[in-house]
Amino acid sequence: MNVRSQVSMVFHLDKCIGCHTCSIACKNLWTDRRGTEYMWWNNVETKPGTGFPTKWEDQEKYHGGWETKNGKLQLKSTSKAQTIFNIYHNPSMPTMDDYYEPWTYDYQHLFNAPEGTDQPTARPISMVTGELVQIEAGPNWDDDLGGSPIYAENDPNLKGLTPDQRAQLSAVERLVFFYFPRICNHCLNPSCVASCPSGALYKRGEDGIVLVDQKRCRGWRMCVAACPYKKMFYNWNTGKSEKCILCYPRLETGQAPACFHSCVGRIRYLGVMLYDASKIEEMASLPDEELVEAQRSLVLDPNDPEVVAAARKNGIHESVIESAQRSPVYQFVKVWKIALPPHIEYRTMPMLFYVPPMSPVMSNVADGTIHHVSDNLFHDIDESRVPLKFLANLFGAGHEEFVRYALRKQKAVRWYRRAVTVGDVEMATAERMLREADCSPEQAEAIYRLTSLCTFDDRFVIPPMHREEAIQMMEDPLEHKQGVGFGFLSGPQRGT
Amino acid sequence: MKSKKGMGWIKDESDPKLRGWEEFYRNRWQHDKIVRSTHGVNCTGGCTWQIYVKDGIVTWEMQGLDYPLLEAGLPPYEPRGCQRGISYSWYLYSPLRVKYPYMRGALVDLWKQARAKFADPVEAWQSLVENPEARQRWQRARGKGGFRRADWDTVRELIAASCVYTVRKHGPDRVAGFSPIPAMSMISYAAGARFLQLMGGVSLSFYDWYCDLPPASPETWGEQTDVNESADWYNAKLLAVMGSNLNMTRTPDCHFAAEARHNGSKMWVFSPDFSQVAKYADEWVRVNAGQDGAWWMAVNHVLLKEFHHEKPVPYFIDYTKKYTDAPYLVELEEIEGGYKPGQLLRANRLANYKNIENGDWKFLMWDAAQARPKMPMGSSGFRWGKEKGKWNLELKDGIDGSTIDPTLSFLTQNDGVVQARFDDFAEGSTLLRGVPVRKLQTADGKTVVVTTAYDLLMAQYGVDRGLPGQYPKDYDDADAPYTPAWSEKFTGMGRDVVIRFAREWGNTAQLTKGKCTVIIGAGINHWYHGNLMYRAAIHAMMFCGCVGVNGGGLAHYVGQEKLAPMESWSSIAFGRDWMPAARLQNAPSWHYVHTDQWRYEKQFTDYHTVPSDQGPGSLASGHTVDVQARAVRSGWLPFYPQFNRNPLDLVREAEQAGAKTQDEVSAYTVEKLKSGEMKFSVEDPDAPENWPRVWFIWRGNALMASAKGHEYFLKHYLGTHTNAIATDIAKDEVKDVVWRDPAPQGKMDLVVDLNFRMDTSALYSDIVLPAATWYEKADLNSTDMHSFIHPLSAAVPPCWESKSDWQIFGELAKEFSKLAAPYFPKPVWDLVATPLAHDTAAEIAQPDLRDWKRGEVEAIPGKTMPGLKLVARDYANLYNQYISFGPQVRSQGLGAHGTHYACEDVYDAAVKNQPTSVWGGERYPSLEDDEDVCNLILQFATVTNGELAYRSYRDMEQKVGLPLTQLAERNRGVRVSYKELQSRPQRLINSPMWSGLTENGRAYAPFTYNVECLVPWRTLTGRQHFYLDHLGYIQFGEHLPTYKPKPLPVEYADLRLSREVGPTLTLNYLTPHGKWHIHSTYGDNHRMTTLSRGIEPLWMNDKDAVDIEINDNDWVEVHNDNGVVVTRAVVSARIPRGICIQYHSPERTLSVPTSPLRNNRRAGGHNSLTRVRLKPNLMVGGYGQFTFHFNYWGPVGCNRDTHVFVRKLPELKW
Repeated sequence: MNVRSQVSMVFHLDKCIGCHTCSIACKNLWTDRRGTEYMWWNNVETKPGTGFPTKWEDQEKYHGGWETKNGKLQLKSTSKAQTIFNIYHNPSMPTMDDYYEPWTYDYQHLFNAPEGTDQPTARPISMVTGELVQIEAGPNWDDDLGGSPIYAENDPNLKGLTPDQRAQLSAVERLVFFYFPRICNHCLNPSCVASCPSGALYKRGEDGIVLVDQKRCRGWRMCVAACPYKKMFYNWNTGKSEKCILCYPRLETGQAPACFHSCVGRIRYLGVMLYDASKIEEMASLPDEELVEAQRSLVLDPNDPEVVAAARKNGIHESVIESAQRSPVYQFVKVWKIALPPHIEYRTMPMLFYVPPMSPVMSNVADGTIHHVSDNLFHDIDESRVPLKFLANLFGAGHEEFVRYALRKQKAVRWYRRAVTVGDVEMATAERMLREADCSPEQAEAIYRLTSLCTFDDRFVIPPMHREEAIQMMEDPLEHKQGVGFGFLSGPQRGT
Repeated sequence: MKSKKGMGWIKDESDPKLRGWEEFYRNRWQHDKIVRSTHGVNCTGGCTWQIYVKDGIVTWEMQGLDYPLLEAGLPPYEPRGCQRGISYSWYLYSPLRVKYPYMRGALVDLWKQARAKFADPVEAWQSLVENPEARQRWQRARGKGGFRRADWDTVRELIAASCVYTVRKHGPDRVAGFSPIPAMSMISYAAGARFLQLMGGVSLSFYDWYCDLPPASPETWGEQTDVNESADWYNAKLLAVMGSNLNMTRTPDCHFAAEARHNGSKMWVFSPDFSQVAKYADEWVRVNAGQDGAWWMAVNHVLLKEFHHEKPVPYFIDYTKKYTDAPYLVELEEIEGGYKPGQLLRANRLANYKNIENGDWKFLMWDAAQARPKMPMGSSGFRWGKEKGKWNLELKDGIDGSTIDPTLSFLTQNDGVVQARFDDFAEGSTLLRGVPVRKLQTADGKTVVVTTAYDLLMAQYGVDRGLPGQYPKDYDDADAPYTPAWSEKFTGMGRDVVIRFAREWGNTAQLTKGKCTVIIGAGINHWYHGNLMYRAAIHAMMFCGCVGVNGGGLAHYVGQEKLAPMESWSSIAFGRDWMPAARLQNAPSWHYVHTDQWRYEKQFTDYHTVPSDQGPGSLASGHTVDVQARAVRSGWLPFYPQFNRNPLDLVREAEQAGAKTQDEVSAYTVEKLKSGEMKFSVEDPDAPENWPRVWFIWRGNALMASAKGHEYFLKHYLGTHTNAIATDIAKDEVKDVVWRDPAPQGKMDLVVDLNFRMDTSALYSDIVLPAATWYEKADLNSTDMHSFIHPLSAAVPPCWESKSDWQIFGELAKEFSKLAAPYFPKPVWDLVATPLAHDTAAEIAQPDLRDWKRGEVEAIPGKTMPGLKLVARDYANLYNQYISFGPQVRSQGLGAHGTHYACEDVYDAAVKNQPTSVWGGERYPSLEDDEDVCNLILQFATVTNGELAYRSYRDMEQKVGLPLTQLAERNRGVRVSYKELQSRPQRLINSPMWSGLTENGRAYAPFTYNVECLVPWRTLTGRQHFYLDHLGYIQFGEHLPTYKPKPLPVEYADLRLSREVGPTLTLNYLTPHGKWHIHSTYGDNHRMTTLSRGIEPLWMNDKDAVDIEINDNDWVEVHNDNGVVVTRAVVSARIPRGICIQYHSPERTLSVPTSPLRNNRRAGGHNSLTRVRLKPNLMVGGYGQFTFHFNYWGPVGCNRDTHVFVRKLPELKW
């Protein structure tokens, strides 16, 4: 057992309102500079939809993540030989068309236009060329676009849906959409790190945050291709790649990352998890249908004395172990099993997990009027508008049982709380539903409380970072205290 | 790569030496200070924000998290703040920022010439506006570029000169101001309002103009709007969300709904499109657009049948008896072939109540115990009588104090059953239905046939109780209104769904004692018949005891109408600390008349279905503008200018004619009006002496975002280009109002806009003044979405040459005083005409519909016509008044919504301890500095001063006669200051001016005060009203809840002259609130344009798009007689066929091409396609809850029923 700690995340999609406050919190802080205009370390997608960059999930096109060959893991984007061959040209890289051409407007025209015969208007101009531009794409182009023949119908996750299920996504009585917020998954088996010819990418030992060293990066962009989530971006100004840093300057000071802090749907949870690093390769090499369980098995019980001892032996701080014991993420992922990894079939072992969303009851048209397919107070999972197969493609490598388990448990908790708070459902019925969903009343209460009543401190259990110890390895913390902030700043520069 | 083997490459990196570069991102995160502020924008969010400053520059903002927790078991409020708010900092240093004063070049040149000729700026202004050529010169240039940077001295002088000139020449009531929603930044609102009201100018309303005022609220509750704070959604066990897109518009509150679901609450969403909030629903009801009323009528049919008639739920029955007007006796009038429902039977019609005080305003119930009519307390007659202490909801007779056991229905014990006539507006027919009655002997010896309002409701909703008549047989009777089967043809939803909904509703309410909540908004309210749809939904709540309980009620959220510290704020804002009367104008009437939109329609009955048998003089016939004129002369609604005469001249004339007192001036005025020698301006609005002349716009986008009929604004107000092609057609339809040909264009002499960004209103104004942003000034913010009050703060000083609104209007006041002094060295008298006011005895002014102008009744100011009040204007000291908290606060005390408290001691303490203004030998608390204004508001308001709350309850106890001060006891020591607000959000305390209670972290739910403390609603009977017995309502057929069909496009006349060119679709044009903007704010912000499509597109159905060969992102031309919009299409099956959506509201300043159908002129914004129609029955007044109050009662600016032609844009030209 090689115990390591990883700051991990849960996004509760049933609560996500698709507002994008998270995206802007991030943009304001980190990617509002030259060269980063088009970067959205945090973005929110409408599903079904093609996302950002467009069709990023289509690995036939982008070749991100890992694949197994002869039982061995290897990067899909590149082999050893190809790395050299592709170093100046990588055909799997997204182009500006796949992202978008950042634009602004000629706002000053409204002030400066001379008196004329008609009203002035501020026309769009490209932030790349400075020329007038026609806006044809953006970072959130298919927002709220359920039922779009161009976007929703080209979602790669529609694979395996029946023709009827596909057709329903284009009929107003039957269609659906939901939101899918995304940041870097800070994977346990990050293909971006593996792909870097310069060794500029690394996982931080204390928290598992994946970073691009802005000094060592040479701008090869192998990471951009290798990341199957397309959460690695190339800064054309500095010539370095950049990515979500999980707001480590905030985490280090005990504050939630900006996108977590600002999440007004209160869908986000963060906490540390202990995992067994010695088994990553083995687990990541298993067949698709075993991957969800395999990843879960990497996560260790922080209350297990053996795990605690091994963690201590590995130098994990006592307070981090305690933090892991209180981690809300551990509850969602390991204990309740209602949060699932996105596209585990990419085999990067993403450490951001999603609670799959419920959706309204399906309806149909008969005799010229609309009817709902269920008469129940809360309809069954299979009567929902989102096809289970679609969710399974996102959160179960195509296998429905994990998603079904998570949704059934959520639903059972609702029946149970209905019985407690209203009484039009018999408690015996609610308890039967809980049993069928592998949930005890105590667990139901815990799920309900953490979903509904959670405070900031419940949602974000941030491990103490003990910066004094990290700094001590370089210099005396007292000296650091006296000197921090003095000196001349210089950011990354192209070619250095 | 460090290793090619195994998993070596993911070795964790812990070596600190290799990680020194990490400082790079740490440095970015560092900042110099954090300041608390919020966004003064009309979203109702009221979120507390932390503004980060680095190097003296605002770098970004993050939400504050430190809201005090509510009671255990409720989710917390943190974090609040959405994608729009978090992008605000972009504006501060953006190229769209107004950094300096700007003035239209044409005016700059003319002004320079005039000033060279005239030393006196007032004379200079006169020389320009009285020269038609010069005046047109700058009017025609409006909106066409040519701005020049100006200096503050010049623009201040010009603006002040225009005001002084207008006051002298035309009267102060020709100077108007528009600024919306004070709650969002109340000091800034108060700035302009105070300046105008001290002058005698006009403040325009907003809540009704925006169509956010739900008229059903005053109709039912006598209350503007009072709603649950969003945390209370969590208490609801059934959430019905209709016309309110929670994710989009209630972004920071939406989590409470999600969290309630996980606590076992059921959520239904009603919307025609698969809207963003539909995603959350357990059941999405894909109701046809604008047909929600039919749904709720059928719901009520089921509720009454199953939960009231067949198996009466004791809680529902008790509640209905105690808190609603259902048991009241209604007179049935005999007509040919039967009866029809009339008015409530007045108590003084019966011998034993014949001589009581206010007997026309006290009403009767049938006491089951003694089997006789009794007169319960709590009605408006008790409220406004001399005898105090009987205005409460106890079920006791108002004379002998005996208990009343109200009879809801005469079904089992009666004096017979009569056939009464009911209207079926959907079919345009009438129905006869049996109603059980009692026959009573009146004092004059006659017999009157009465039934209960409850029995009428049973008959109207069509509940078959075994009575003879045209009742439906069962739920499947599709021909009988309002069965589930009947509703199908309107809603498009199966009867099974509506029945199941009603049962879930009834069961939930029964088990939880009323925890069913309807979250509702603009998607319903903006229809012409929005009030009827609201009422139908409200009835489901009243029948099931859902109003006045936590987790229950009507949660209407549109427009941030809840300005919590109302008493002290309104005193400052409307100059009531100095002036005894204010000129407060309902904007819908003002714009409808002055922009001449009334000229473009014929009789309202073309599109508004009313009962067919209208007698002579009925309000339910003719042209809307004639009803409008009637409403003004009868004192129902305000209108400014008042008369076709300068009110200052009028008083002078009266004095010259010998009038010395207020009464004599009034008598002189009445005589002039009666003789026709003087007219109300509204009777001849196009005569030049009746035009509004100077218009101030601040904190709002009056010329675009809220300008329903925008192109008519451009034409008739501004006198510049317009894309309207409609012709005026009312000539032969109007009777009382003068028709002039041609209609005037360019009524406004000067338009001044205060702004931080160059929006459409700024672009079309003559002068743009640079306003401080929300991160650059001190102000206050409150909302109905939560129960906290927030400060706005200066994180940085006002940037460039900008100033706070308070400072700008203060400086204008100073300049005005300076220029006015030579003309008005001494105070002059102004005569202010005011409508009959809610929460005054005028609520019992007009028991019937008699018109003094037709000689049906005596013309008595304040009774049968507007009130007339003499007001002294001290123009030379206007600035001194502006910066001084005036003496009327000390002498009169404060109050609002019918409350009152003394505050002499608080005033004296302020004079002693705080900054003061000294002039004219007196010392006043100072209003010079923005922060001082904030502090005075907080000190003098009940929600932030516990002692004043206590006093206000004590005062109310005397009126009500029941104990109330216990509600304030615990908070008596609370005092809140501005500085404390900056340190942490503070929760508002209980106050009798609000109807909810907040003690011990309880979530605010409206009317809990009324239900728990038995304080009446401010209505006719003091109860919640099912039945609206105003004679006008009876004429319109809206005395009972009903369904009226939507106006059809052909009747609504938006497409009379427009022609289809190429493949074209006719679509219903909907403009709900959108995701990337709050109205127009943020919509031009770089963050929001990037995350949307860089433009506000037109959403349409995919099959509709195919029909007219439109692909996603194609340019489309959307047009009707009112104007044209050119934008891009978004094509999606989530929009049903037949409708299109352009989210409210794009600027025409951002990325708008020209329109081939309009000679390649620049296309407009969303309001280019709208034209406002006013619903005339909402104009009545002087009668219970139907009595005017600013932003509270009156017609609303609906715009949802608009239809447009859509085609592909043939050629893109800029």
